[in-house]
Amino acid sequence: MKFTLDTEQQDFARVLGRMLGAADTPAAVRAWARGEHGPGLAVWERLARAGVFGLAVPEAFGGAGPLPAEVAVAFTELGRYAVPGPAVETVAVAALLARLAGAGRTVLAEAWLPRVCEGGALVTAALPGAPGGSPYALDADVCDAVFVVPAGTDDLFLAAGHGPVQPSLDPARRLAVPRCGAEPAASGRAVREAVRHAADWAAFAAAAQLLGVGEALLERTVAYVRQRRQFGTPVGAFQAVKHRLADTRVGLEFAGPLVHGAAVALSAGVPGGAAAEVAAAKAAASDAAYAAARAALQLHGAIGYTAEYDLSLWLGKARALRSAWGSPAECRARTLDIFRK
Amino acid sequence: MDLDFSPEEEAFRAQARAWLAAHVPRAPLPSLETREGFAEHRAWERTLHAGGWSVVSWPPAYGGRGRSFLEWLVFEEEYWAAGAPARVSQNGIGLLAPTLFEHGTEEQRARVLPAMASGETVWAQAWSEPGAGSDLASLRSVAVPAPGGWLLSGQKAWSSRAAFADRAFGLFRSRPVGDGRPHEGLTYAMFGLDAPGVTVRPVARLDGRPAFAEIFLDEVFVPGRDVVGAPGDGWRVAMSTAGSERGLTLRSPGRYVAAARRLVALWRAAGEPGDTALRDRVADAVVRARAYQLYGYGCASAAGGPRGAEPSLTKLFWSELDLALHETALDLLGAGGELAGAAADAPAHGAWAEGWVFALAGPVYAGTNEIQRDVVAERLLGLPRGRRAPGGAAASRERAGDGRERERPA
Repeated sequence: MKFTLDTEQQDFARVLGRMLGAADTPAAVRAWARGEHGPGLAVWERLARAGVFGLAVPEAFGGAGPLPAEVAVAFTELGRYAVPGPAVETVAVAALLARLAGAGRTVLAEAWLPRVCEGGALVTAALPGAPGGSPYALDADVCDAVFVVPAGTDDLFLAAGHGPVQPSLDPARRLAVPRCGAEPAASGRAVREAVRHAADWAAFAAAAQLLGVGEALLERTVAYVRQRRQFGTPVGAFQAVKHRLADTRVGLEFAGPLVHGAAVALSAGVPGGAAAEVAAAKAAASDAAYAAARAALQLHGAIGYTAEYDLSLWLGKARALRSAWGSPAECRARTLDIFRK
Repeated sequence: MDLDFSPEEEAFRAQARAWLAAHVPRAPLPSLETREGFAEHRAWERTLHAGGWSVVSWPPAYGGRGRSFLEWLVFEEEYWAAGAPARVSQNGIGLLAPTLFEHGTEEQRARVLPAMASGETVWAQAWSEPGAGSDLASLRSVAVPAPGGWLLSGQKAWSSRAAFADRAFGLFRSRPVGDGRPHEGLTYAMFGLDAPGVTVRPVARLDGRPAFAEIFLDEVFVPGRDVVGAPGDGWRVAMSTAGSERGLTLRSPGRYVAAARRLVALWRAAGEPGDTALRDRVADAVVRARAYQLYGYGCASAAGGPRGAEPSLTKLFWSELDLALHETALDLLGAGGELAGAAADAPAHGAWAEGWVFALAGPVYAGTNEIQRDVVAERLLGLPRGRRAPGGAAASRERAGDGRERERPA
C-alpha cells in the first residue's frame, strides 16, 4: 500500500501552484465574469502546456491518463487559485467520450479529445439526467463544443447554441441552457453508461477543487486574523476565532483522504465501482469548503462581505461547487454502500 | 497511489479473522466498568495474549509479533469487526507502552511490558487533579526525594479504570514552580494502586458504574527505577503519552468502521426509514469512518502515526464521530433507545446505550476538545498564543517559549 502522493505528484502540485500563484487569477476571474475571457484563456493555455487537460484522457486520444491522483492534485491547485473556466466539465467530457470510445464509438473521442489535451478546444457539458447533473452548461459561450444528454434520454447531442448566459453566485461561473441539435451524435445504453461515468469523474474533480478552495479560504483567513488587531491584540489570539479555524482545519484534513480514496477507486476502472467513494469525497469536501467559507467571512468581518475584496471570489465558488455535480445530500445518499463489501 | 494490501498483509488479516472468529466470546461480556466485568475482560486479555494477539505491533521480546503500523490497523479492523470485547488494558497498551518505548529504559520495558501484554498488570492513568484539569501543569501532587526513590503525596482525580486496576502512571511535582514555567520540574512515575499509603475511591460515572476513581497518595514510596525519563522532565515524557492518546493508537479507525457498519445494518433493519435527515446522519457516520480509515492508511504509508500537534486533529475527529454515531443509533432505535445498557430488553445487549455513555466522555478526556482546538490553532495554524494563562495574552506570550506551555496531555 502506498496511500500518499509520491514525489513526482508533490512536485507537480508545486509547479502548478507556482505557475498559478504568479498568474493573477483574481484579475482573470473578474474579467471572466464580465465575459472578457482573454486573461483566463491565457491561464488555460499554460495549464494545457502543463498537461492538466490530458490527465483524464486516455493515451489513445492524446492524453496521459486516466490518472485520477494527478487530477486530484491539479484540481486542488485550480481551486486554491480560483481558476475560472469549465475545468471540471472538461474532465466530464473526457470521461464521457473515452467511455463511449471504450464501447466502440470512437468518432467523438478522436475528433475532440486530442484538441482538448492541447488546449486547442474548450468543451463543456450539461448532463441533467446524470446523478448530480444540471440542465446548465458552464461557460457554453466560450466553448467550442457543448455536449448535452437531455434528461430522460440516452441521446448525446452536440449543442447547436445556447440560451442567455446567466450569472452564478460564483461570478466566474456563467451558466446557459444549451439547445440540442437535430440529430444525436450517439445514442443508447453506451451513452447511459458513459454519462454515469462522466458524472463520477466530474464530482471527483469538483471535490478536489473544493479542497483547494477550502485551503485557500483557511490560509487567507489565518493570515488575516494574525494581523488584524482589536482590543490591543491580534483577533487570532481569541479562542472563539481559534476554535472556528481549528474546526475548519479538521474538516479539510479529513476530506483530503476521501478525495485520494476516490482517486484510487476510479483508477480501478470498474464501471460504477467508484460511485460511493466519489460521493463521500464530494460530500465531505463540499461541507469542509463551505464551512471554511462561512468561517472566512465571519472572521474577516465586513471587509469579507465586499465584492472588491478578493476573498469574495472563493466564497462564491465554495457555494456554487457545493451544488454542482451532486449536492451533499445527493452524495450522502450514495455513500451507504461503502462498507458493504 | 494505491490501497492494496500485500499477500503477507492479507494472510495476516485472514489469520486474525480466523482466530477471532474462534475465540471471541459469543455473548458480550458484562460491562468493563463493573468488578465482575473487569475480571472477565482481564481473562479475555489472557486469552488474547495466549493466541499472540494482544500487542501485535510490539517486538516479540515483549509478547508482540513485530508487525507494522499498517498491520496493526488491519488487526484493529478485524478486532472490532468481530465484536470483540473492549480492551481493559487499553491505557497501558495505548498510553504507557508507547511512552516506555520512547523514554523508558530497557530494564523498565523488560519488567513492565510482558505483564501488561498478558493482562497480569492492568494500568490506570493518573493525570488530573481536583484543581488541575485542562490546566494540567498546575498540578500539586508532589514527588519528594527519599533514599532509593521518591515519596508521592497528593490527590489524583478522574482516573479511568483505577477502581479495579493494579498500577497507575502519573505526573508529580518534584520541584516547586518558583519563577520557572509550571511544566518544568514534573516527574513521571509508576506506582502500585495497592501500595502502602494509596487509597482508591471509585467514582460512579453517569450511568452509575465506577468507570473512574480518585486516588489519594500519602507518602507512597516509589523506587527510582519506576520513574520514566529523567526526574523533572516528566512533561516532555507525558507529551508522548498525550500524542498516543489523542492520535490513532488509543482509538483506531477500525473501531469506527465497525460501528458505522453496525449503524448501517441498524438503519436497514429499521426498514430504511423515509426520514432523510436520519439517513443523512447514518451516511455521515459512514463517510467520516471511511475518512478516518483512509487517514490511517495515509499515516501508515508515511511511516507512522500523526506527529507533533497532529494528534489533536484526530482526537477532535474521533471523539465527535463516536458521539454522533451513537446518538444516531439511539435515535434509530426509537422507544427502545432509552433502555440502559443493563436493561434486559436493551437492543444489541445494550451495546449502543453503553457506547453512547462511553462516547459522551470522549470530548472531555485526553484533553478537552477546547484544548485540542487551541493546540490545532496555535501549533498547526500558527495563531498567536492565547489567553489561557493567568494575566492574559501578554503574560502568556512572555512565559511561553517553546509553544508547549499549558498544553494538556490528558
